[in-house]
Order: sequence, then structure tokens, then C-alpha cells
Amino acid sequence: MSEILVLVEHVDGDVKKVTLELLTLARSLGEPSAVWAGPGYSDAAKAKLTEYGADKIYVAGSADLADYVVAPKAELLASLVGSASPAAVLVAATAEGKEIAGRLAIKTDSGVITDAVGLVEGFVADQSIFGGGVNVHSRVTKGTPIVAVRPNSTAPVASAGAGAEETVDVELSDLAKTAHVVERVKQEKGARPELTEAAIVVSGGRGVGSGDNFALIEKLADSLGAAVGASRAATDAGWYPHQFQVGQTGKTVSPQLYVAVGISGAIQHRAGMQTSKTIVVVNKDAEAPLFEIADFGVVGDLFQVVPQLTEEIAKRK
Amino acid sequence: MNIVVCVKQVPDTATERKLRSDDKTLDRDAVDGVINELDEYAVEEALRLKEAHGGEVTVLTMGPAKAADTIRKALAMGADKAVHLVDDALAGSDALSTSYALAQALGRVGFDVVVLGSESTDARTGVLAAMLAERLGVPQLSQARKVEVNGSAVTIERVTDYGYDRVEASLPAVVSVVEKINEPRYPSFKGIMAAKKKPVETLGAADLEADAGQLGLAGAWSEVVDFAVAPPRAAGTVVKDEGDGGAKAAEFLASKKFI
Ligand SMILES: Cc1cc2nc3c(=O)[nH]c(=O)nc-3n(C[C@H](O)[C@H](O)[C@H](O)COP(=O)(O)OP(=O)(O)OC[C@H]3O[C@@H](n4cnc5c(N)ncnc54)[C@H](O)[C@@H]3O)c2cc1C
Ligand SMILES: Nc1ncnc2c1ncn2[C@@H]1O[C@H](COP(=O)(O)O)[C@@H](O)[C@H]1O
Repeated sequence: MSEILVLVEHVDGDVKKVTLELLTLARSLGEPSAVWAGPGYSDAAKAKLTEYGADKIYVAGSADLADYVVAPKAELLASLVGSASPAAVLVAATAEGKEIAGRLAIKTDSGVITDAVGLVEGFVADQSIFGGGVNVHSRVTKGTPIVAVRPNSTAPVASAGAGAEETVDVELSDLAKTAHVVERVKQEKGARPELTEAAIVVSGGRGVGSGDNFALIEKLADSLGAAVGASRAATDAGWYPHQFQVGQTGKTVSPQLYVAVGISGAIQHRAGMQTSKTIVVVNKDAEAPLFEIADFGVVGDLFQVVPQLTEEIAKRK
Repeated sequence: MNIVVCVKQVPDTATERKLRSDDKTLDRDAVDGVINELDEYAVEEALRLKEAHGGEVTVLTMGPAKAADTIRKALAMGADKAVHLVDDALAGSDALSTSYALAQALGRVGFDVVVLGSESTDARTGVLAAMLAERLGVPQLSQARKVEVNGSAVTIERVTDYGYDRVEASLPAVVSVVEKINEPRYPSFKGIMAAKKKPVETLGAADLEADAGQLGLAGAWSEVVDFAVAPPRAAGTVVKDEGDGGAKAAEFLASKKFI
């Protein structure tokens, strides 16, 4: 079986769920090697990666890998592609993951597939395009297949790998160090699951009416252990921070359950949530387009429906 | 400052988009083309950079002949001139070929800053800015919600999962913008009239001094194996709230084992 590189997504030293999904997927196609870039690697991280099947763990701990935008990570992966000749490279289809994939593709003269929702033998990828309207199978035809896989496309399943550690010292080029991160500004909102990784997302739109009223959305989300999202109308109004925007120009989410509250369902919003497995909609306008793709809809005032729903969920627990 | 803004014509997202059965590429003839929404923000940002620092804004588009409409739109907003890459040999390009062709054209046109949208509504790859930075060997300042230029220094706020990063670099650079960055202007009547007289240079594949084997469908690094229209979502249940809407929704969630 051949080696498959999986770039680890981590935050504050914790391995993100999407990486466990990618390791699970890689295991079905070859032998996964996790690639850790930047500071924060620990025994706990090693244990997690090994538990989910990493046979090898390449550790490149230099702070430069995180302190310059994208290019250093692409250089690291390119050097590993050169030394390990993997059968494929998998990254998470986040904004940054896709950018890394793009640069890596050029460096290694390889093709790249972005936003795969599945991957089978021969590295043929499933993609859902045009807002979920068309399903496509595509594959890379030159070089090493580089595939950016959407979070929540595979259920992570533990199955231990060998977890052999290998320290990597990359000599970064000056070119990789031209866009310097001088400050990281965190605008976090509580301890909820991350939007793109969450199994359940509860989003609010213009109908919510104000930033204060978003407490209703947060309460419902917390009763379900969900992440909170927002439509562009809500983020533009400043009711909720931008990084929680779902849609064309926000995050693409694909949770098991998406609950949309006071959101009409403009095409740009749908583009970011249409592949959710189950969709529940609360809107007072029966004509709201989002009802067309809802598995369950309530036509009603969210200020009545949402508190009752939150209460019912609490009762059933 | 020499500012180039990359603009793409895309099918109107409101229309039904299809792949062609023969070469499995997007059927661009069948649908109305509009400017990629995010590229209006890129044009706006380019114009603001010019207004603040002087110089010229050049629109760069690769696309079929009808993409000229999109170029006119950007010129009507206030860009000074345009370069249109149009050649049958470029049709069917993937992200790698597109970035290759655009990088060759940028080498020819010259630039201090290249501005792009962070994503197109048709391909949605969101990789072009990164690829151009890689090919051109200049800093990648992507996903910007704010851009500031001070002499040869450029600072952006790059949107991240947790908020944003402040990123510094020096020009020349590639910048991509998110839609929070500004409010694109509407072309004025005067702008629309003036756009008709602005210069548009047309370039073909041969003008790019490019390796033809890396362009178009034949040169692409990836292929669509097959595709199918997704089955429509089965119609769901919609109830009217009669004072028990929340409870009914909870019942539904319970039936699906979410609670
Ligand atoms: C370049 C570009 C990019 C975009 N990107 C995105 C994107 O990423 N994400 C995104 O979401 N949008 C995006 N949009 C915007 C999109 O077109 C819509 O404008 C936006 O999604 C509307 O948000 P909304 O549904 O919250 O607001 P509206 O369309 O105003 O809908 C509000 C809904 O709330 C309902 N409502 C009001 N009061 C109540 C109540 N008391 N109880 C129940 N229901 C109520 C109304 O009936 C209505 O249906 C983009 C647009 C452009 C041009
Ligand atoms: N054919 C093209 N011509 C000019 N610019 C393009 C073209 N394709 C993509 N771009 C630019 O690249 C950005 C990102 O596109 P994409 O990587 O396709 O999602 C767009 O917003 C445009 O600014």
C-alpha cells in the first residue's frame, strides 16, 4: 500500500475533527502519514493522530510555518512529496487548505481537486457543484493527486496506525516568507463547536432582528450542542461576527442538521448549506425559498417558535 | 501605482447551470454571463487604491468573446483599460491552466498590485490568488477584508476561522478580497458612456509566450470523469404554527434522533 500525506489542521495544539476524517478516508486508500506544520505538537496530538490511523507523523515545528501566509506550508508539503513520493496529498477544504493545495499543485506540477465530498479508488473524487444541483466525478490527470476534502464528508473512525514520528527540518525560501502575520485577532464566541466541523448548525438571519436577539439562536444551538451560523444580512448588520457567515462568501457547511431561523434562502446562502443532510426552517413567510429544500418547516414567528422548540428539547433530555 | 484587477464572467447564479455532455465543461453559451459578484468588490477596491495613491487600473479577463460585456461593466465602474484573453485554445482551462495564462499576461502587462475576488461563483475553487502569488513569486495577501498601502508597504486584514490576521508585505503583491471590504459603486451614466471608448487589448494564446501544452482543456491537470444532475431533495413537511410549531419541530428532531 502506498503512502498518503494528510495535512493536519490544528488549533491551540488540538487536532481538528476534519483531520480525523481525512485520516479515516486516507486509510481506505493507502497508508496515512500525518503532516504537522507549525508549533503546538504534543504527545496528546501524537496519540490522537495515531489512534485514527497515522502510520507516520512528520513533524515540522518551526514557527515560520504559521507566521507567514500559506506559502511555507506548501513548501513543506512539496518537499515531502519529493522525498516520500506519496500516492496523494489530502488537505481540508477550508479557505486556507485550498490555497495550500493550489500552491502545492504548482510546485509539484500536479493537478488539484477542491471541495471533494468523497474519494474512492484511483483517487476519483465526488463533488457537488452548482449549489448541489450537479454531482461530478473528477480526477487528477497529472502528477500527484492533491485533493481538498470538505469537512463532514466522512465519519471519523478510530483504528490505530503505527504512529512513527519523523522530525522534518524544512529550509524555507525567502519567497515563502514574504507575507508576514504580525497579529492574530481572535473574535471567539463561547465554546461552541466550530462552524464547518459541527454536526448541527443553527443559523439566524435578518428575521432575528438584532444582535441581542441572537441570544435566542445561541440558546437553541446550545440545547442541541450546535454551532451558530448567520446569513450575510445578519453579519452585515453587525449582529454576529463575519466568520460565522454561511454561504457563497462565507463558510460552506455540510452538517447532519441545519436549522435556519429567519433566513429567506437566497441562492448565495443556499450555496453554503445545501448539502446539509437534514434541513429545518423557521420563517413567518410561507413563500420563503428555503422551505423548498426543507425536510421540516414551520411557518411562524420565530420569537414564538424558537423559545418553545428550545424548551421542548430541554424537556426531552 | 499600476493596479490590475482580475475579473471573471460567470453564469448568472439565478439561472440553471449545466455541464456540456461532450467535453464536460460548463456550458457558457446557454446562460447569461454576469460579472462574478465578488469581482465587483475587487474592482471597487482597485478603484479606491487608485483614488488614494494615483496610477491606473487595468481589467484582466480570460474568457469567451461575450466576456467583453463584463469588461465593459468594470470599465464603466471606473477602470482605465482592459486586457481580454480570448482564444479557443484557452477554453476548458482548469485552475492551474487559468493561473498560468493569467500569470503570463500579468508578466506582460506589469503590476504593482493584482486584485482578485476570493472566489468565483461557478468554479468556486478559491485558489486563483494563491496560484498567481506562487507563479509570480510575490506575496499572497488573500481573503482580505481591509487593505492599506503605505509607500511600498501593504497591510491587510486576512479573514480567518477565529477572526482575522493582520498581514504585512511589500509590493508588488497579489491581493484577494472578501465582500465585507467595501460597497461596490454603481456605474454612472457618464461612466457607461466613457467605457465605450476605453481601450481593450485582445490577446490570444500565441501572445502569451506560453507552453501550449499547459493551456485549455487539453492542457488541464484534472478532468471530469462523469456527472449527473442531482436528484431533487424529497419534499419535506411544512406546518403552520398554531401555537405548537416549536413542539412539532422538536417532535421531528426526535424522530430523526437529533434529540
Ligand atoms: C457577492 C454576494 C455574496 C453573498 N454571500 C452571501 C453569503 O455568503 N451568505 C448569505 O447568507 N448571503 C449572501 N449574500 C446575500 C444574499 O443574497 C441575501 O441577501 C442574504 O442571504 C439574505 O439574508 P437573510 O435571509 O437573513 O435576509 P432576508 O432575505 O431579508 O430574509 C429574512 C427572512 O426572515 C423572515 N422573518 C422576518 N421576521 C421574522 C420573524 N419574526 N419570524 C420568522 N421569520 C421572520 C422573513 O420572512 C425573511 O424570509 C450574498 C450576496 C452577494 C451579492
Ligand atoms: N478566467 C478568469 N479571468 C480573470 N480572472 C479570473 C478568472 N478566473 C478566476 N479569476 C479571478 O480569480 C478569482 C477566484 O476565482 P476561483 O479561484 O475560480 O474561485 C475570481 O474572483 C477572479 O478575480
